[in-house]
Amino acid sequence: MAELSYRDAVAYGIAQEMRRDPHLVMLGEDIGAAGGVFKTTVGLLDEFGPDRIRDTPISEQAILGAAMGAAMTGIPVIAEIMFSDFLAVCWDIVANQMAKSRYMTGGQVSIPVVIRTLNGGGSRFGAQHSQSVENWCMMIPGLKVVAPSTPADVVGLMAASVRDPDPVVFFEHKSLLAGKAEVPDGELVDELGTARVVREGTDCTIAALALMVPRALEAAERLAGDGISAEVIDVRSLVPLDTQALLGSVGKTSHFYTVEENPRLCGWGAELASIVADEAFWDLDGPVIRITTPHIPLPAAEALEDMSLPSVDRIYETVRKTLA
Amino acid sequence: MSTEVHDPGAYDYSQRPARLPVDVDHSNKDLAIPLQDRVEMYELQQVLRQFEKRAYDLFMQNLVKGTSHLSLGMEAVAAGFGLALRPDDYSFATYRGHAHTIARGAALGPVMAELLGRENGILKGKGGSMHLTSVEHGMMGSYAIIGAHLTIANGAAWAAQLRGTDQVAVAFFGDGTTNIGAFHEALNFAAIWDLPVVFVCENNLYMEYTPIDVVSAVPNPAADRGPAYGLDGIVVDGNDADAVFHVASQAVARARAGDGPSLIEAVTYRHGGHSRADPGKYRPADEVEAWLERDPIPMYHQRLLELGVPEGDLAAIQQSVAGRVEDATEFAKGGSPPGEEHLFTDVWAAGGSAWRN
Ligand SMILES: Cc1ncc(C[n+]2csc(CCOP(=O)(O)OP(=O)(O)O)c2C)c(N)n1
Ligand SMILES: [Mg+2]
Repeated sequence: MAELSYRDAVAYGIAQEMRRDPHLVMLGEDIGAAGGVFKTTVGLLDEFGPDRIRDTPISEQAILGAAMGAAMTGIPVIAEIMFSDFLAVCWDIVANQMAKSRYMTGGQVSIPVVIRTLNGGGSRFGAQHSQSVENWCMMIPGLKVVAPSTPADVVGLMAASVRDPDPVVFFEHKSLLAGKAEVPDGELVDELGTARVVREGTDCTIAALALMVPRALEAAERLAGDGISAEVIDVRSLVPLDTQALLGSVGKTSHFYTVEENPRLCGWGAELASIVADEAFWDLDGPVIRITTPHIPLPAAEALEDMSLPSVDRIYETVRKTLA
Repeated sequence: MSTEVHDPGAYDYSQRPARLPVDVDHSNKDLAIPLQDRVEMYELQQVLRQFEKRAYDLFMQNLVKGTSHLSLGMEAVAAGFGLALRPDDYSFATYRGHAHTIARGAALGPVMAELLGRENGILKGKGGSMHLTSVEHGMMGSYAIIGAHLTIANGAAWAAQLRGTDQVAVAFFGDGTTNIGAFHEALNFAAIWDLPVVFVCENNLYMEYTPIDVVSAVPNPAADRGPAYGLDGIVVDGNDADAVFHVASQAVARARAGDGPSLIEAVTYRHGGHSRADPGKYRPADEVEAWLERDPIPMYHQRLLELGVPEGDLAAIQQSVAGRVEDATEFAKGGSPPGEEHLFTDVWAAGGSAWRN
């Protein structure tokens, strides 16, 4: 066991896979010589060389197009999109091309691409560099969507994503980069489509993702002080979605909450809420409640951004009030 | 403040001066192209012409649903490149991709069946006319969002470069495509990585219904942009298969040798409208007439006669092609509509479409 930051876990996980598969390549802006704008790819150029770790121009369509074309002709690719907000610039390649090519061609092509991208708020970057856009990807048939919350999950889910023959969008959270935790030694390979119960409880289920997981855990700790036993589930993978884990938990607790960093409308939690309402209605003892960022562009000022994102206080207060 | 009076007539493109085809360059007869290859290009053009005429008929009979974009009049480009490529090279086309798919060797029956939305279609009916693909023939797809596939072709070329094979990727696209960002990103990207890719603009002078010169800053929308990316601006008569084959062979050889990408603008014209049953009324009548006169196929027929191929041989080719198109039509009409079992397959590599457990 070694302690690793989430930031270092990214390069660690990529290196594990590049050592395993000599064909795997990565491309993106400033990922090589500079080690990444967020220093998530430090050391990779040195170990794997410029043919496998390639710096690109600021051409997001060209980056993802190249990733797709190489992947469909037999070379697996990891592509970095520096900020997830920039997916809007190359959305055609993601949503229209990568996601649909296998289906449209009757199964003739495979697109083994991992799109890594830095996601989420808390950095005071304002509305164009802070969004949580997992839901943009979740709604497109043909994309898999992953968002780890711990260094070990970064490594294990990175391996699972790289080894998956379908396009995977891999969201790394900017505000989790500095956090450290134990990562088991040896090869780490996780499984897409599996949620994890990160705190067991009996009174309510709180489903959270990425940065919202530690916040939900802290809120659960405080709720425990009030005699409320909250179960916290790290959803980890939105597509495929581990509905069994969610429904099983609601069957036990009878109350369901989501904590989402995205703005309100059509956030990932809305789909979970709908599934729980459809399939666990008779298990529920109260309304399904979504705790989200309000439906506004994210503001830059520290004070305003902190009011926007679901905070430990807001999670705690919401659950306490609605469960009482 | 502008004092210009708004003149609605200025926007009736059919009243603009015609943009006429270049004269046939008879010296192309002397290009060092083996006669056998020329006969093959003739046959291929016949296949493309007769196949697409039939596709149009079937569309008018409401057997082809949705849309279709034909390359009638533009066959020389697909034929010239079809012959210049090796079986393991990669092609990427637009929604106007019937010709490029067939030129790589895809069987006519499954292609026709795809247009008819049948289970025996080359894409099992899931893609349709705009997405023809035949990976086994190196035809890596037809892409219906302008620009994307130029960047994707770069990726196929990159893969060849990484593997150290000397395969080449070719991307075909229209004149209108030169005004979207992906075109410019792709050219720069290919140039800086020295990718073995050939970008082929089929300049048929119109985007959908708007003449390309009305919306482009330069007269040759592709070739004039090349120098910005360190690429020569090559313009070729896209109605002369020999001329196309010649520049295609040079560009492909350059890519194979590791000398990087090329950009070719093949000037041509579509005989029909943009898609479906579009009559193309936005084009000057004398322009259409002049280009119909400059039809690539009769011109090539004449050239082969001059090169000593007997008329009887050419007639026999035409006839056997007619038979193949007939067979393809029967094959397609004989296919059943895809069953429900196809709806949920091929989303994921594992075969299905499950997004949850
Ligand atoms: C991004 C995008 N914008 C617009 C369209 C609609 N559209 C389809 S074909 C076409 C014209 C393209 O013209 P050109 O590139 O010259 O190709 P051609 O059809 O003449 O072969 C347009 C505008 C599209 N498919 N994709
Ligand atoms: Mg055009």
